[in-house]
Amino acid sequence: MRYLPLSSDDRFDMLARIGVATIDDLFADAPAGALLKAPLDLPLRKSELEVERRLGRLAAKNRTASEGPFFVGAGAYKHHVPASVDHLIQRSEFLTSYTPYQPEISQGTLQVLFEFQTQVANLTGMDVANASMYDGSTATAEAILMAYRVTRRRKALVSGGLHPHYAATSRTLSEMAGDEITILPPDPKAEEDLIAALDDSFSCLVVQNPDFFGNLRDLRPLAEACRAKGVLLIAVVTEIFSLGLVESPGAMGADIVVGEGQSLGNGLNFGGPYVGVFATREKYVRQMPGRLCGQTRDSEGRRGFVLTLSTREQHIRREKATSNICTNAGLCALAFSIHLSLLGETGLKQLALVNHANAVALAEALEAQGFEILNRSFFNEFTLRVKTSAAALVEDMAAQGVLAGVPVSRLLPHDGLDDLLLVASTEINTPEDRAAFVAALVKGDRP
Amino acid sequence: MNQQGRPTRGQTVTQEVPRTFTGNRALEIGEALIFETGRDDFTGVDIDPPSPFTPRLGGLERQSAIDLPGLSEPETMRHYVRLSQKNYAIDTGIYPLGSCTMKHNPRLNEKMARLPGFNDIHPLQPLSTVEGALELMEELADWLLKLTNMSAVALSPKAGAHGEMCGIMAIKAAIAAKGEAETRKVVLAPESAHGTNPATAAALGFSVRTLPAGPDGLVHPDAVKAALGPDVAAIMLTNPNTCGLFERDIVEIARLVHEAGAYFYCDGANFNAIVGKVRPGDLGVDAMHINLHKTFSTPHGGGGPGAGPVVLSERLAAFAPVPFLKRDGDKLTLVEEAEGTQAFGRMTAFHGQMGMFVRSLAYILSHGADGLMKASEDAVLSANYVRVGLSDIMSAPFGDKPCMHEALFDDSWLKDTGLTTLDFAKAMIDEGFHPMTIYFPLVVHGAMLIEPTESESLVSLTQFLATLRDLCFRALRGETERFTGAPYFAPRRRLDETSAARKPVLKWTRPEPVVE
Repeated sequence: MRYLPLSSDDRFDMLARIGVATIDDLFADAPAGALLKAPLDLPLRKSELEVERRLGRLAAKNRTASEGPFFVGAGAYKHHVPASVDHLIQRSEFLTSYTPYQPEISQGTLQVLFEFQTQVANLTGMDVANASMYDGSTATAEAILMAYRVTRRRKALVSGGLHPHYAATSRTLSEMAGDEITILPPDPKAEEDLIAALDDSFSCLVVQNPDFFGNLRDLRPLAEACRAKGVLLIAVVTEIFSLGLVESPGAMGADIVVGEGQSLGNGLNFGGPYVGVFATREKYVRQMPGRLCGQTRDSEGRRGFVLTLSTREQHIRREKATSNICTNAGLCALAFSIHLSLLGETGLKQLALVNHANAVALAEALEAQGFEILNRSFFNEFTLRVKTSAAALVEDMAAQGVLAGVPVSRLLPHDGLDDLLLVASTEINTPEDRAAFVAALVKGDRP
Repeated sequence: MNQQGRPTRGQTVTQEVPRTFTGNRALEIGEALIFETGRDDFTGVDIDPPSPFTPRLGGLERQSAIDLPGLSEPETMRHYVRLSQKNYAIDTGIYPLGSCTMKHNPRLNEKMARLPGFNDIHPLQPLSTVEGALELMEELADWLLKLTNMSAVALSPKAGAHGEMCGIMAIKAAIAAKGEAETRKVVLAPESAHGTNPATAAALGFSVRTLPAGPDGLVHPDAVKAALGPDVAAIMLTNPNTCGLFERDIVEIARLVHEAGAYFYCDGANFNAIVGKVRPGDLGVDAMHINLHKTFSTPHGGGGPGAGPVVLSERLAAFAPVPFLKRDGDKLTLVEEAEGTQAFGRMTAFHGQMGMFVRSLAYILSHGADGLMKASEDAVLSANYVRVGLSDIMSAPFGDKPCMHEALFDDSWLKDTGLTTLDFAKAMIDEGFHPMTIYFPLVVHGAMLIEPTESESLVSLTQFLATLRDLCFRALRGETERFTGAPYFAPRRRLDETSAARKPVLKWTRPEPVVE
């Protein structure tokens, strides 16, 4: 077997050195009836070539985002990632290292995390950020638990503009943890009155910006109302590129900012692995979940980095930990950080502007054909009202070669929103893509 | 002979090592933060500005500055390559972190995960355009079920600890379905458990009752019996356990737990020791997470991403979270909505760590049933080789009995040296080895948990043992400074973790301009 260096002779010699006759003597504590004497009746080992063929066949059955006009978003976005990013994250020393428990021989990973934390804090306009979470949805659910800890109130209020998967993930975790969560009905036009719904029994208000339907929301009045009632404002960002163009949640008064960082450096990957971001104000840092990297000095006085504030974490605090999390999304955070280092503030702003411009161009082309865009404002994604079922239309347009977006009914099947289609447009879309979209839509959208 | 035609000759170096102007030491090059070298007005990505258009941002244009430096591509390459060179990695040497399982990461897995048909597909594309992805998930699920002999699998959890959440949530849902939510509020966990076990149970509203381990490092049925009662929801047991031992009485423990109306959660962190040898379903397990990054070799990436699918017994299968795969004859679909099912809810957006599923399946197919069994055997064989190679000089807390995939030692052999486990670990760094897991499990004083995995050759194991034995003798001979000052040769000497925690500096801030 190509991955196993020991030879039969080695194994024989090692057993002799250990002083047992057979390998199964080392499994003596396993119940005799449960110890398998021969390999299970499953396929035997395969060469590289055979595995490549088998998996290549499966891969070939999928239609990739680069094959044709592509407008699918709803929390995962297709962006162009510079070639150097994937090259660098495949460096053995990044790819095949563990959590930096021995900081003296992990300064590479640790400095990356310190830079990542700084980038996220600056981008979100917050004081501190952690070293990343599994993804945006779990970061949101954890932020709600954090708000329970900070406010000692056990009831969250969630906007109807939150991504339905994020809402479901948050509901599951909160209810399983024994806390209450109120999720407002889906709000495609950003018309809900959150301030009226707010009272001082809530721990937090969770608002996504841009929201699930693409609307931009002014968090400032919400932040003010939250402050007056001792409620924490949790801002959720599922398209991290929006922060290049839209006012930061921190500047608008959010107390915790969570989000999905996939757009930077990470591919679509059919939903994972992605990278969650988590940022907050200095005063709440000890209530944060997840890993934190901090700056310090070594015994010769040189700057270095270590994992810190681990007294919050499960391996020290066990049942008193702030969260059970013991990994971050290290390699995805690295990809995020490299991509953002290449872009810098200038590139990020420029690219965000291109995203917005492409979405506006598509919206204008659709409006020119008489279609209704529900949004008064948006960044790179908006909600389109169609005449037929959006789910059927998406299949029809896929058959015409255009992946048109996400039918709202796929995530919200019981809310009478069958005629709504979420359409995202990023820098990858060309004028030809837009023309193909409009043509396929006009052809396919017949009631 | 060098190219100038001047033969180089070894010199006798007696003088002290000089200090360099840069502080660098040849290939060991210091690297500033991007914030100290990059410029906010520079970008390393060429982007054409869009044609003039009327924005539709509703007046929410960013007003605040961001402060993000940009780097050109050459600067970027150099920055990250230099940083990478400050990391130890499996590809540079043995990484014997017990319980963490640092085995070789086959590059075929990386290649497969990067096929555009897997890494360039969107989780919410029409299902008709991702049939190959669903088939891959089904094939992986099938392997996981057959290797564990369980009934259902939830693929979506994002990491081991997330899988624990998922398993305990399924148990909580099953208990609620039986109308026992108000009575069963306790989870049993041995004191040797991973910290995530009590943290998970507590986060989900359970109180934790700690089970003592016997003097042999195992959990005994009598202790379980004494802790069980009508208030117990579940036991969380790691097998093989964190001392590297197979829980000999696991079947009896499972029987007692089930008899008491509770569920058996198995922490599958150490499943890599028994894949293809023992199926957890045959032991009475109701739920177990599988760390794909440990058992099936997806890379650890400096601390993630992981993946933690959870296998479930018949009794829990119906409560598995959405999304899950459903096959009707030829048609494979994805159930994404909990409504109308018994699913307890949702663990995450989308469908889980697809990139890790591809890598794991590539590993599983490469090994096959025979190779998986052999990998487990080699892991156990190598750990025992290490155990025997050190047991005459280091102290093994549970005597001379065989271990599974990791060998545990304590610090009693260091008692008269004035040295600690940490000192010993840091001296290993100077010898070019990543230390073993230290101070875990907590049940053993000054624990040193060594897991060589199946990826080491006999030459590598022999060199590792020779080095450790040499260090042991030096420690016992009183060469204290070699240990207390270590590491001497790493990119950094010992780092001050206390002051890092006391006054946390968690991000870079621009220095105040100097006023003349």
